[in-house]
Amino acid sequence: MGSTGPSAGLITAREAGLVTCQRCGQVHVINTAYCKRCDGPLRSRDTQSLQKVWAFLLAGMIAYIPANIYPMLLTNTLVEHTESTIVGGVVDLIHHGSFGIALIVFVASVMIPIGKFVAIIYLALSVQNRSSDNQHERHKAYEVVEFIGRWSMIDVFVVAILSALVQLNTVATINPGIAALSFALSVIFTMLSAQSFDSRLIWDADRTYNDGH
Amino acid sequence: MPQPLPPLDDLVACHQCDTLHVAQDLPENARAYCQRCGAVMMTAQSASIMRILSLAMTAFVMLIAAISFPFLSLDANGLHNTTSVIDAVLAFNDGYAFPLAVAVAFFIIIIPLVRLGALIYALGPLARDQRPHAGAKHAFGLAERLRPWSMAEIFIVGVTVALIKVAGLAAVTVGPAFWAFAGVVIVTVLKDQMICRYSIWEALDHQPD
Repeated sequence: MGSTGPSAGLITAREAGLVTCQRCGQVHVINTAYCKRCDGPLRSRDTQSLQKVWAFLLAGMIAYIPANIYPMLLTNTLVEHTESTIVGGVVDLIHHGSFGIALIVFVASVMIPIGKFVAIIYLALSVQNRSSDNQHERHKAYEVVEFIGRWSMIDVFVVAILSALVQLNTVATINPGIAALSFALSVIFTMLSAQSFDSRLIWDADRTYNDGH
Repeated sequence: MPQPLPPLDDLVACHQCDTLHVAQDLPENARAYCQRCGAVMMTAQSASIMRILSLAMTAFVMLIAAISFPFLSLDANGLHNTTSVIDAVLAFNDGYAFPLAVAVAFFIIIIPLVRLGALIYALGPLARDQRPHAGAKHAFGLAERLRPWSMAEIFIVGVTVALIKVAGLAAVTVGPAFWAFAGVVIVTVLKDQMICRYSIWEALDHQPD
């Protein structure tokens, strides 16, 4: 493991009266507005972080409801017309014996979105309560949420490919249902929510800043 | 603080938890992690800008191929349908799902192309030891900001799932664009692994005359 040098007692840039550029890591005197290296805007802490997190999270959770109620795929064959929801699609896959794929879809479309909702609520509440417990675990949770959120889009792409591919006139056609739209919106909102979270706030709980920011 | 701080340019702070560190030259292929939260802060790879640039160019060319050639084709009971990546985007093109068509187009075509283009624009002159183009910093900043929204690799997994769903219904053959797209995914992952934001920003800042 490489080291970035001895740092006596690990202090934050903010405690040292400095502000860090989150884009490039360059350190400036606090209250500098723009990074001198990469021209990015500087903010010691995003004070509106939690507001944005809650707003996007709520939007994501609301969009997730119709995504589960309405059909994701509309299948027309010569003999029948079927509509399948997210969970219905997973059940179909199990009936066909494709357990692995059923698992991928279930994890991507059900477990990851719900897990993300729970994780973000937990992170936001713990920051609000200025909790200083489990900082490492919470930071890990944040990293996982940020990394994994995009993968929920799998089902939307499955619907896109199926609807483009299965267009055999009257014999068989597959078309996207309205749930594909609300599911995509839900994933986008949850990603925005996770990105709005300022992970530095997790580590601030055990520090005392009395500069009024 | 009790002890005086080193000069500001020698300091680097973790972008995830704000802990201050003193920047040091790393040995080849080493990675530096934040001492508190464990986030990767910098990686040292010699000639990495040249390597990133060539991978970005490779991915750009392959992505163009992936968009242009037939992606998948389906045969069932004498009926035949060939689809390209563009068709997959246009699948959502009727009525209420139109915004989704736009979003999918962005996620799998436009954003990957913009990211690669911006990276080539920003790093091109650096690889030849020239002064960066005007706006190179904005271009690199854009490429980094768009990173989570570029979903080519997720699309490929989605395609795999779709293929298995259709497999019982009809015979599916994969076209050249499928392999090109898979190539884009691998090359992009390699390239993103190699990017050390800290050293690229430093290189963009210290322009050779």
